[in-house]
Amino acid sequence: MPLDGAGGATRPLLEVEDLARDFDVSKPLLFRLLQGEGRRILHAVAGVSFSIPRGTTLSLVGESGCGKTTVARLVVGLYAPTRGSIRIDGIDMATLRSRAAQAPVRRRIQMIFQDPYASLNPRWRVGNIIAEPIRAFGLMRDRSEIEARVGELLRQVGLSPKDAEKYPHEFSGGQRQRISIARALSSDPEFLVCDEPTSALDVSVQAQILNLMKDLQQRLGLTYLFISHNLAVVRHMSDRIGVMYLGRIVELAPGEALFAHPQHPYTRLLLEAIPDLEMTGRQRTPVGGEVPSPIDPPSGCAFHPRCPFANARCKAEVPALLRRGEVEVACHAVAEGRLPA
Amino acid sequence: MPLLEVRNLRVEFPTRRGVLTAVDRVSFSIDEGEVLGVVGESGAGKSITGNAIIRLIEPPGRIAGGEVLLSGRRIDTLPPQEMRRVRGKEIGAIFQDPLTTLNPLYSIGRQLAETMQTHLGLSDREARARAIKWLEDVGIPGAAQRIDAYPHQFSGGMRQRVVIALALCAEPRLVIADEPTTALDVSIQAQVIALLKRLCREHGTAVMLVTHDMGVIAEAADRVAVMYAGRIVEIGPVREVVKQARHPYTEGLMGSIPSLTRRVERLRQIDGAMPRLSDIPPGCAFNPRCAKAFDRCRADRPELMPTQGASRAACWLYAENGSARDAA
Repeated sequence: MPLDGAGGATRPLLEVEDLARDFDVSKPLLFRLLQGEGRRILHAVAGVSFSIPRGTTLSLVGESGCGKTTVARLVVGLYAPTRGSIRIDGIDMATLRSRAAQAPVRRRIQMIFQDPYASLNPRWRVGNIIAEPIRAFGLMRDRSEIEARVGELLRQVGLSPKDAEKYPHEFSGGQRQRISIARALSSDPEFLVCDEPTSALDVSVQAQILNLMKDLQQRLGLTYLFISHNLAVVRHMSDRIGVMYLGRIVELAPGEALFAHPQHPYTRLLLEAIPDLEMTGRQRTPVGGEVPSPIDPPSGCAFHPRCPFANARCKAEVPALLRRGEVEVACHAVAEGRLPA
Repeated sequence: MPLLEVRNLRVEFPTRRGVLTAVDRVSFSIDEGEVLGVVGESGAGKSITGNAIIRLIEPPGRIAGGEVLLSGRRIDTLPPQEMRRVRGKEIGAIFQDPLTTLNPLYSIGRQLAETMQTHLGLSDREARARAIKWLEDVGIPGAAQRIDAYPHQFSGGMRQRVVIALALCAEPRLVIADEPTTALDVSIQAQVIALLKRLCREHGTAVMLVTHDMGVIAEAADRVAVMYAGRIVEIGPVREVVKQARHPYTEGLMGSIPSLTRRVERLRQIDGAMPRLSDIPPGCAFNPRCAKAFDRCRADRPELMPTQGASRAACWLYAENGSARDAA
């Protein structure tokens, strides 16, 4: 099993196929019996496929409840998939049953969370927080060696090795996110899953963190799965972008193409909806409606109730993600050429 | 005469370690029907400024100096009973989280009707009819059927529409909207901003729009005030501030926002962080992070002064009658 990725130059680092995850959101049994209700299943992720080539960034973008965070958690193994497969460097995660068998692969994946206030243990010194993955994976034993590595990691994220002695509350939100990044890097991973890493930060601090993440990617050859609701941030960070709506990817395209020629009506709506800082005075057509509940999604294409181009087929049949050149779109109207360019 | 005038407002929070000044000599005005954006990062004092105007500062915070005038009448010295009448009737408020603004125990119709009865003296029937009209105006589908529904029965976007109706239904002349769209998804955010803009234009209501989101400001405001460490560092027409920021902080802030149309390899970054209130440097509060700072910036605090354009900036680069010291 080649763990160092030998010969993997062409193989994507992450391949996800038909990934799905359901959550049971039923009321307690007694309520169901008394009220004659059935089980209620929430399809948080309903069949998502994508791959991320080594050293590149794929972003998933969408509104709350679209399933993007669930995908991130499935990929790092915080949830078990209901269906579908996750392959990391060609290794199917489902075939690795025991923790011991998973550990060498898990070491290569780390996660950065949204809330830097909740993701660091307030009772631990920063040095211990950062060293935890090193100890958990048994990468180093010697105390002074670990200390030196922690100092190096702190320097790498723009903090001082002396900060290892401090506690998280002594740091600002941006600095805490730097600590999270240092912790994520400590097991020498190749792949980082970043779930809204800058959403809790002010814009000027966000710029610092985004710049840091780009620098680290270049220097260490990292691969990113980047989750965000902010299209401008996503555009800045990504090579490819997947737009999610109610548990499915509706459009998957290179960043440039997605912003220059959005195909799916939902992508167009999202781009249309962003406040325009350039103030080019473009005419905006506000689209009404809201994201429906994922517990009871609309039939066919989940976007059809809000879509100006929907017809009978859209109401009945779920569109598949079809590839056209570099762009993949799940839309009957696009496939049939019914959409205005 | 401007509708609202704030002069040298100062808000302090006494703590065990000394008095913190959260808003420090802030002055600005809002004209009838104008939308003034107030933008800044967390801790800049923008929300506290808004709350101070309607006197909703949580104790032990207090207004420690300055004046607030509404149509030329001082309202910062009004007794609490009279101030209650000003709030709601003359100044409406919209907050970030619609769930905390709405009373979960009353139907939305009752909350709207009660507000109108209190401030406009309408009868029950009139108030109810007008409540339905307001719900229609803010785009609640099936308003007549949903008027007796409770806040939890609405989605986040719909709730914020109800809050807008509630803030505007007593026909105030000024609305203070504090991060009205921050809790909402982008597609809903656009709907809510468009709605707020349309209704305020129709009713001639002025808006003080407090937000951290420059995009929202660019979209909705006529003028914008940029706050940093409790002070206004720049104020001017929104187009000028966005396209040609004068204060080095505003310039850095604008450069740090990722753009949708231009892709850059690196974002411009302002190193460091905004100082804590207990730790504001002497002179210009921004001087330790400013690449253009010189001796005077470290010694004297700059007041807002004219620049080459229509904005004013609190920056010594613009001393000597608006001729920039550093042409770049």
